[in-house]
Amino acid sequence: MMHLLSIEPLTRDEIERILDRADSFAEVSGREIKKVPALRGRTVVNLFYESSTRTSSSFDLAAKRLSADVVSVRSAGSAVDKGESLKDTIQTLSAYDPAAIVIRSPHVGAAELVTRWTPAAVVNAGDGKHEHPTQALLDVYTLRHKLGSLEGRSIWIVGDVAHSRVARSNILAFRKLGAEVTVCGPPTLLPRGIEALGCKVAYNLDDGLAGADVVYALRMQRERMTEAFVPSLREYAERYQIDGRRLQPRQILMHPGPVNRGVELAPEVIDSPQAAIAAQVQAGVVVRMAVLYELLAHDPEPASGQADLSQRLTPQPA
Amino acid sequence: MSALSRMPAAPADLLVTGAHVLDPRTDLDRRIDVLVRGGEIAELGEGLAAPEGVETVDAGGTHLLPAFVDPHVHLRVPGQEHKEDIETGTRAAAAGGFCAIIGMPNTAPPIDSASVLRSVADLAGVHARVPVGFLAAATVGQRGQSLTEMAELRDAGALGFTDDGLPIASANMLRRALQYQKLCGGVVALHEEDPTLSGEGVMHEGAVSALLGLAGIPSISESTMIARDAAIAAYEDGRIHIQHLSAEASVEAVAAAKAAGVRLTAEVTPHHLTLTEEDVRGLDTAMKFNPPARAESDRLALLEALRDGTIDCLGTDHAPHAPHEKEVPFEEALMGTTGLETAFAALNTFLIEPGVLPLGLVVERLTAGGALFGLPVPRIAVGEPANLALVALDRVWRPVEAGYESRSENSCFHERELRGRVLMTVAAGAVAYRERTFALSAA
Repeated sequence: MMHLLSIEPLTRDEIERILDRADSFAEVSGREIKKVPALRGRTVVNLFYESSTRTSSSFDLAAKRLSADVVSVRSAGSAVDKGESLKDTIQTLSAYDPAAIVIRSPHVGAAELVTRWTPAAVVNAGDGKHEHPTQALLDVYTLRHKLGSLEGRSIWIVGDVAHSRVARSNILAFRKLGAEVTVCGPPTLLPRGIEALGCKVAYNLDDGLAGADVVYALRMQRERMTEAFVPSLREYAERYQIDGRRLQPRQILMHPGPVNRGVELAPEVIDSPQAAIAAQVQAGVVVRMAVLYELLAHDPEPASGQADLSQRLTPQPA
Repeated sequence: MSALSRMPAAPADLLVTGAHVLDPRTDLDRRIDVLVRGGEIAELGEGLAAPEGVETVDAGGTHLLPAFVDPHVHLRVPGQEHKEDIETGTRAAAAGGFCAIIGMPNTAPPIDSASVLRSVADLAGVHARVPVGFLAAATVGQRGQSLTEMAELRDAGALGFTDDGLPIASANMLRRALQYQKLCGGVVALHEEDPTLSGEGVMHEGAVSALLGLAGIPSISESTMIARDAAIAAYEDGRIHIQHLSAEASVEAVAAAKAAGVRLTAEVTPHHLTLTEEDVRGLDTAMKFNPPARAESDRLALLEALRDGTIDCLGTDHAPHAPHEKEVPFEEALMGTTGLETAFAALNTFLIEPGVLPLGLVVERLTAGGALFGLPVPRIAVGEPANLALVALDRVWRPVEAGYESRSENSCFHERELRGRVLMTVAAGAVAYRERTFALSAA
């Protein structure tokens, strides 16, 4: 694998290889010193054109726990603010010879574009409303730990599918691992043609949510109301909010964060034992370590000369 | 003043021998020699000899067609000369086998006054390799608020009116333009799109946009506006032309209007006949144009409509853009593909050779666009001005390797292997283009 741009082209084997590797890094995260020298001397650029808390911080931590040097660039206060094009920014950053560029952009296909302008490995940390592949990987990682396997499981993705890159990546990843996926939301927020991704479409939670193994709620942004996608957040919450009445005791509740308390999720379910939201965040670091490792470590720099996995996983002397 | 402008050019004296001459309008479809004297077709016949001082072009079995007329070209003058100018744009036209083109007014500033129109026509009189006519804006600044001085623009040579690039969103504004048309004439050409339905859309709304997470432009954005505007044209007995049809529902709207006797004509581009939403999957910004490439069912409906005459003509919507306007994320990229230099080859490669459309029909539709705006139809007949395209149907080439006469390279066929190459173009009696590697033998 050269880059991680989307879930779409990945095979089930490739996904499972990343998840297995993430398991091996989970052990590292349990240590006192959470660091291995796998990427020592190599540079990872985190380029974020959109605000982000968990994705940017977990990529930052993931790269640091692999001993890479990390440069974080945000659009605010950078040359991007001064009108520099994406191409020029990438070519400038590439002059530092990074091993990987992690990019979050409001534009569909931005990560793929970046691959044309840099020799570095590129990781898509979210491109517009297209895909957010590492979110999908950490979600399937979380579910594999909770359920053992996704094969034959029923997963409902609820809410604003139209504006969600998480929904697209997750539908694809869940399907590749054998789960049945239903998307449910107001018809105005379900894109025409979404069935092409291999999911079913429902407009009412009553049409089968109770039978789901996993309930995956999406963030409902307040702007959607002013854009006339829904009449009011009140009515949205009335019909689509996951609350203690709708969530079954045996179900797993997931959410990509940040949560709008009282909109897509009722407060009581956020703190319920069914909620896997904190586990998702924890998984974020080890899965992103696995992704960076997958892209970079199999191709060791001649200078470092340490290709052996066990050696790379040896704790680094403080 | 004349409606068409071109640089001064010497009338051609040529004998084209050994060409397969095809003109559906004059029932020519055989190997015959064509003699051009003083820019006019002087003689058609077998075994013609070149008179003194006449150059002989040995066509070697290639096809000699009436040259094409493009009713829809963006020449970008004034104001956007970094994309194209009159010289490069008309060189591209000549290289594509076109003997006349019609320029669109969505320039910066728009061609919305007689003084701007005269200035671009004057430039064309110095730089244009093939005759150029212009449509003027229908509304001032193409802002849809007030009519341009249509009568004066017509006197200054405007072939018609359009806010192309943008729809005339207000039904009343179109009604006023069609009322004023009774005074001054001039077809009103319409870019049909309901901005409230298109929204922020950047591609066809369908399965591929759902997968990519891109905002879609639904086909009803186009078809509902055609239905609305056909009703307005019927009410005012106006003459309208629907530009660049893209959707099956639009074809149905045009067919219904024609059946009801509305005076409307319609155009389609080579790219809408050959590409679909699937071609956008890779997010190549050269595939971003408006209206967008739609579903396969839409493409098939367009083909059928071109075949049965519901769609009257082909137009390229040649829309050059500079690299920095296209080497950006898909959503940011400007809409448009160049088309003049690839039009015939794309049609030949993807439609004529596979047997989807006959060559004669494509030639008829490629030469029909000008007449809708009052220009003469190129014909291969004795006494007609020489408007000829010599074309090698089996010549294989790739635009990315061949390069372009146009200043811009944003062709949706950039990387494709195309078959069919224009070897020579004679426009309004003068040689406007010769392919560089084409061998000539002197008389």
